[in-house]
Formats: sequence, structure tokens, C-alpha cells
Amino acid sequence: MKLSYYPGCSLKGTAADYDRSVTAVCTRLGIELEEITDWNCCGASSAHMTNHEVGVRLPMRNLLLSMTSGHDILVPCAACFQRMKAADKSLRDNPDYWDVDCYEPDFEILHISRFLASEQRRARITELVKQPLADLKCACYYGCLSLRNPRITDAPDYEQPKSLERIVEAIGATPLRWSHRTECCSGSLTMARPDIAVKLVSDIVGAAKKAGAEALVTDCPMCQANVESRQMELEGQEPLPVFFATELILAAFEGTYPEKQQKSHLVSAEILAKVMSSAAHNSKEVI
Amino acid sequence: MTGKAISPEQGNRKFLAKIEAMDIDVSACFQCGRCSAGCPVTEFFDLTTMEVVRMAAYGMEEVLINSKTIWLCAACETCATRCPNEIDIAVLMDVLRELAIRKGVAPSEPGIELFHRSFLGSIRHWGRAYEVGLIAGYKLRSGDLTSDMKLGWQMFSKRKLKLLPHPIKGKDQIRNIFSGKGKEYER
Repeated sequence: MKLSYYPGCSLKGTAADYDRSVTAVCTRLGIELEEITDWNCCGASSAHMTNHEVGVRLPMRNLLLSMTSGHDILVPCAACFQRMKAADKSLRDNPDYWDVDCYEPDFEILHISRFLASEQRRARITELVKQPLADLKCACYYGCLSLRNPRITDAPDYEQPKSLERIVEAIGATPLRWSHRTECCSGSLTMARPDIAVKLVSDIVGAAKKAGAEALVTDCPMCQANVESRQMELEGQEPLPVFFATELILAAFEGTYPEKQQKSHLVSAEILAKVMSSAAHNSKEVI
Repeated sequence: MTGKAISPEQGNRKFLAKIEAMDIDVSACFQCGRCSAGCPVTEFFDLTTMEVVRMAAYGMEEVLINSKTIWLCAACETCATRCPNEIDIAVLMDVLRELAIRKGVAPSEPGIELFHRSFLGSIRHWGRAYEVGLIAGYKLRSGDLTSDMKLGWQMFSKRKLKLLPHPIKGKDQIRNIFSGKGKEYER
């Protein structure tokens, strides 16, 4: 299977390790990713929030670049996904308005978690697991943009999504029922108003801990960076690491959680290495 | 809330036409309050989301484009998703921000506006977001050099911040997108 791949700026910068786990997991699943040639930034929240036309035209360029290959486009970043979907809808709706003669591509824009959580791919993921993540208690955290607005994202169960929980289950971890799965962490405000980000992150992490979480699991690079970094300002509280779903899948496939990857986290990610080594130990005892 | 009386009499018709053209049907609001109830940043707002919708229906552009709310909105889309009347409130916030900028209104939350401007400046220049340049530009222009120093250092030492930008080949096309020669500027 071949897909066009739109990594987006975060995955080439602060979330480079997310890019590595996405591509490694896809390779193991037999999915070939072809990065869109000369792609540009989608404009993220800042573009559509302040300039509607720029907010459509930036992702539009990437869509037009993808037209020749015709493959479905895999997008791991929630913001990129939402912006690409929005531009795709605007273009399909009225290509003339955007100075495009014809826009009827048959590709789909795929968000990573919904893509990986399909029944068939989940079964394959479970088959490839070398070391199940022995009941690691996970609070799956979706944030906003892969889900909302559903008129843009086409997310089927946007208030009660299931894709991350299904992925986490497929690798032997335990998804928890908790309250803040789709709450906003205010990633778009975090630099200018860190006080707001600290408040929202504190609420999210507090809710996850109350449910008994040992870790948060997400698919959004802004949430991952924001929720980990703003916890550093919460004094006297044990921080929860935020893992990417693909990071966990890769660890389960490889049976180890390398030191180097652990160090890419801003807060201690030791729990995963611990869970994996104790699980490995237990499985030896059984044999 | 401001002390001004809310009255459709003073409504700005051009503004009403603009939001109608964007398919934002503010008159459909029956004040159920779901938008404000779900808003994650409502406690920091000077106008609640529902007040914004109501005032928009009255065409009260002046008050709205001077509010803090339009800048503090995080664009999480919870309001628009939960509105039973499918009013695109998140897009309404976008329109208000853009109007504020175009009309040269001093933003009530200057740091947030500056962040968006710095981010877009980085894309206009390189075609992709260049995080180090963006952070440096934002910090210098905001004068806020001290906050998040520890975080910045951590990100740097963990090699999360790439020192060099990743310019794209089609930079001319990107500048064209930003040049303001597109359709929406003709009106």
C-alpha cells in the first residue's frame, strides 16, 4: 500500500521523534509513504485565525501538489489534518472561487489514528507486537483538531472518539475512562499566554491522574509538547509523560523503549521502560 | 460587558452582510448557552461566546473587534461543534479577528496578535515554520525575553529546536499567497 505523506512543520522540528515513529510503524505495516514534494506549512491556527484567504490557500497548494500522485494523504498532525480537510472542502465546494479549473481528486485525507485503528490494521498491529505493554494505564488524549469541527474533519464520533483507545488496547495497554479526552490544551495560545495554558494543562493532567493514569497518549504534536512542557510549571506534582500512540506501537513492536527516545520527553518517561522490563521479566517466568 | 446599549438600530450592515456571505447564521441563535458552557477559556474572556454571537446578530462590530475575547479564543471549535443551530461560531471569531487587523484596531491582547504575526512571518519567508526564528522574533518584538527561558533551554538541549530553517523551493508561490492580491481583497 502506498500513501502520500504530509508530515507538517512540527514533525520536522520539535516533534521529529513523532515523524520517526510514524514512518517506522508504517514500514512495519507494509505501508509505503511518499512525502509530498516541496510541501509548505499549512498555516496552522494562526493563518485561518487572522487571514481567511491565506488560511485556505496555504493548504490548497499542498493539495494541488498531491493531485498528480492520486494516493490518499496520511497526516499525523491534528492541526495540519484539520486545515487540509478544510481547504479540500472549500475547493471541492467552489474551485472557481479559488481560481482552480477542476478539482475532483479521488484521494482521501487520512488522520493517523483513525487510519491505524481500522479493524484490519489493528489486527495486524497486534500480530506484530513483540512485547505487549503490560497494562500500562493510559489516558488517551485527543485534544481538538483531529475531531472538531466534524463538518470539517468528518470524524464519526467526535464527542466520544475511540481510535486511540482501540490502538492502545491492540498493544496490550489499558485505556482508561476519563473526562478530559477532547478538552482543549490551548496550544495556540501557549507562547503568548502561558498562564492560560498552565491552567488548562493542570485540569487535563489532574483529571487523568484522578482516573489512575500512568501516562497520556496522544496523536497531536502540539498537545504533546504543550501538555508536557506546561506541567514543568506545576510545582509539587509528579508529571505525567505524554506519549505518541505510534511511539507506544513502535516500543511494543521492538520490545524495547530506547534510552534515546525516552530522553526526547521533557518530563520523565521512565514508566514505559519500567512497564516493558517488568512485562519481559514476567513473561520469562511463565516460560 | 461594556456599558453600551445593545440595539439592532446601531447595527453595522456591512458587517452583517460579511458574516452572511461567510454562511454564519447568527440570527439562528436561541441563547441556549452551550457555546459558552463548553468554552475552555471562557473565564478569561471579557465577552462570553454567547454574547459575541448575540452582539454579532445586532451588527455590533465596534465592540466585538475591540474585545479581548476574539484574541483569547483558542480556535478549539467546541462552540461551533456543539451549537444545536450549527452556527459557525469559530469562523465568526476568525472574521472578527481579521476585521480588527484590517481596520487597524490595536489588539486588546497584543501578545497573541504578535504571536500569530510572527508565526505567519516565518511561513511567508521560508514556506515552512522555522521555530527558532519564530521564537526569537516573537521574544524580541514582545520584549518578553525572560519567560520560558528554562523551557527553551530544555527544548534546545533535547535537540527539539532545529537551528536551521527548512526553506522550500516554491517560496515565490508562498509570497504570492501572502501578497494580498487574491480574491478576497477585491471586494
